[in-house]
Amino acid sequence: MGALANQLPIGLSIAAVLLLIALGLTFTFGQMGVINMAHGEFIMAGAYTAYLLQGLTSQSFLIALPVAFAVAGAMGLLLEWALIRRFYGRPLDTLLLTWGVSLVLQQLARDLFGAPNVQVTAPGWLVGGVDVLGVRLPHNRVFIIALAVLCVVGVWLYLTRLPAGRRMRAVVQNRELAAYSGIATGRVDRFTFLLGSGLAGVAGVALTLVGPVGPSLGTFYIVDAFLVVVAGGLGQLRGAVLAAVALGFLNGYLEFWTDASLAKVLVFVAIVAFLQVRPQGMFVVKGRALV
Amino acid sequence: MTALLEVRGLRVVFDGFAAIDGLDLTVEEGELRFLIGPNGAGKTTLIDVVTGLTKPTAGSVRFDGQELVGRREHRIVRLGVGRTFQTATVFEELTVVENLDLADSFRLPLRSLLRRRRGVSDAVAAALEAADLTALADKPAGVLSHGQRQWLEIGMLLVQRPRLLLLDEPVAGMSRSERERTGELLHRIAATHTVVVVEHDMEFLRKYARKVTVLHQGRVLREGSVAEVQEDPKVREVYLGRAKGKAVT
Amino acid sequence: MTLGRVSLVVCVVLLAVAPLALSPFRLGLLAKYLCFAIVAVGIALAWGQGGMLTLGQGVFFGLGGYAMAMYLKLEEAGSAGLPDFMVWSGVEELPALWEPFGNPVFALAAVVLVPGLVAFLLGLLVFRQRVRGAYFAILSQALAAAFVILLVGQQGLTGGTNGMTNFTRFFGLDLSDPNGQRAVYAITALVLGLTFLVAKLLVRSRFGRLLVAVRDGEDRVRFLGYDPAVVKTITFTVSAVMAGLAGALFVPVVGIISPALLGIVPSLELLVGVAVGGRFVLAGAIAGAIAVNYAKTVFSEDFAEGWLYLQGGLFVLVLVFAPKGLAGVVESARLRWGRKPAEVVA
Repeated sequence: MGALANQLPIGLSIAAVLLLIALGLTFTFGQMGVINMAHGEFIMAGAYTAYLLQGLTSQSFLIALPVAFAVAGAMGLLLEWALIRRFYGRPLDTLLLTWGVSLVLQQLARDLFGAPNVQVTAPGWLVGGVDVLGVRLPHNRVFIIALAVLCVVGVWLYLTRLPAGRRMRAVVQNRELAAYSGIATGRVDRFTFLLGSGLAGVAGVALTLVGPVGPSLGTFYIVDAFLVVVAGGLGQLRGAVLAAVALGFLNGYLEFWTDASLAKVLVFVAIVAFLQVRPQGMFVVKGRALV
Repeated sequence: MTALLEVRGLRVVFDGFAAIDGLDLTVEEGELRFLIGPNGAGKTTLIDVVTGLTKPTAGSVRFDGQELVGRREHRIVRLGVGRTFQTATVFEELTVVENLDLADSFRLPLRSLLRRRRGVSDAVAAALEAADLTALADKPAGVLSHGQRQWLEIGMLLVQRPRLLLLDEPVAGMSRSERERTGELLHRIAATHTVVVVEHDMEFLRKYARKVTVLHQGRVLREGSVAEVQEDPKVREVYLGRAKGKAVT
Repeated sequence: MTLGRVSLVVCVVLLAVAPLALSPFRLGLLAKYLCFAIVAVGIALAWGQGGMLTLGQGVFFGLGGYAMAMYLKLEEAGSAGLPDFMVWSGVEELPALWEPFGNPVFALAAVVLVPGLVAFLLGLLVFRQRVRGAYFAILSQALAAAFVILLVGQQGLTGGTNGMTNFTRFFGLDLSDPNGQRAVYAITALVLGLTFLVAKLLVRSRFGRLLVAVRDGEDRVRFLGYDPAVVKTITFTVSAVMAGLAGALFVPVVGIISPALLGIVPSLELLVGVAVGGRFVLAGAIAGAIAVNYAKTVFSEDFAEGWLYLQGGLFVLVLVFAPKGLAGVVESARLRWGRKPAEVVA
């Protein structure tokens, strides 16, 4: 029981990272039909940002969070502007296109930082942990969970409270109608990309707390993050949250009970089984668009 | 004898909005029935439910005594119910003949589907003739004009040899001459088939309709001949109140 | 003769004289490209004709490859022995899963049936629920990820990260002997020819037309009385079987099968050739697969890091400037400069 409970913060923190990554994917996918395989490289960019900044000041880890958001966000903006906007309406082609970009970015990282993994030293206040009711809560895991909660609340407030966020929801639900209503959909798209990519950068910084940083860091998380999108439903905040938590726990606990190699297969089977019940994910944007 | 199509107590609710709200409709074998009604009356939704595209919240749809609700779309087609769409959808990369041939071949076993098409079947040739597309037979359907696409779609429906045809606004967006030719085509089809047509065009309606059903807010408002329906004060009110006399005059 | 017929004859002649003109090493490389070309035919069917972007062909390639490798290992080990890697990882008794693979008929059947069955089941479950487009692509990719992790994790069964290697014989052929290698090459070329033929017949049949219709308007096809899920599942299964055959031939041709050849990245790499050559034209996909893999060999020999830039860049360039691949470029050039075609396709 104790071991089982100790798995809790680990499962939750996996879920938190997945969620940060999946948020960007689900919005670019839901809003623009873009499947961005290079999203994983924004995570990597965020992680290397933390690596480059470390040791500059005593609080460089905290500084890395907004800087990584800006760096990854700028990369996303550039990608959208230079390539992706030519591909709207061709979702499968965007997948391949961005995979090509992802290969180039990974090789670039290898040339810039070297192929071997590098380590980011966590600030002192994130080392160690506390025991609560016999459950070990490592500081770094708690921090990641808190960070994800903060980001989700931020995104939720943005979507529901700010005019810009409402414009974004309008475009997700009905792009044509939004355009006719005078919303500059192109600008909304670019901002969505910036936001989503930026969050991936933040996730990258968070990942430096639990593991080393390497050029292929993003590839380890991108597939699971896409599964979160599929299971959660396109462009759905609550779907992404629920699916990320479910997937994080499923991953964490299945690895704990069976061996890790079988766990991934079981997760895959679970998702295919889930799609038998909810083929479009947990939540669907309802519309009357037929055929 | 039972009617060919019997809709009873049909209810369709989208997100709390009842698009169809307790609708009953009976269509006898051999009828040509027009469905009219203001926007949002539930005409297209009705066709969608009959053909399996939309699942009703309650009610039953019987075709030749068999329940259609709960069956998948292609099963309903195989029972003998065919439809067209408001915006004609044909396969642009396939030729006109290939489009028709596909519509003709669904009864073939898989084994024969794996063979190459040789020549043109009688049904396809007849449909080419009826839709006046013989000259364009080997062109990709993507080059067809809007009207030609509508005819191709009707042709595809004909080679399917359904017992019941559901046409959703077949003359929408057509020129006057195209409308006339479609009307003649419809007339010929109706001589040998049971047909339900959703149509807004009043001139078209007066010229070709025999029996008309007026839908309003998801229910049947009135049923009768064109003259009866046009004179009905309730029908006038529904149309006049909404479309300011443009639709029924 | 049409241009297509002429190039077909030229290709057949080139493939036939290759064993005489190339060194055994180069011939082995060509045979490897032909294996990838077989996969490419399947991808062109599923993706080009059917619109199913399958990012998990590595799984089917691997299932075919491992089935073949298991048989070859058992044949080598003899009746009493264990495959070499099992001895190294301390396995003492032959696992039950391995037992039937000692029988060549069973192993050959498994090469076809196992990938086919996995694809059939997945296709049925996914396509019946109308999961499609990007969702399907993502699921197929997740399958590739899970498959590789499974292979690596089951060290005693699969040889783990290293996979299986050091194959010496293939159904009585000595793989270290140039004549044996030529025979393996000939078999591979033959299988490619058969695969191409089957795909061509399928594309030209009514089923092929139906497949294009499903790609362009799945929902409309239902109202013609067909179940698109059946059409898609059959096509996906055929493409998986092709990948399985290619994987099985890859084992004697290259002499190794390992998870590194099958994961997300290799599965996507299989698509590069198809995209470059032209996914809508079977011959284009084959040519693209051979050309891209040849380029990979050339670059890896002299300029290894450059290959990833080039591959990524190539992909981006093709998608931006020639979405229909080289076959599309040839086609439009022919329309512009060649004989006036009978009909101009709008």
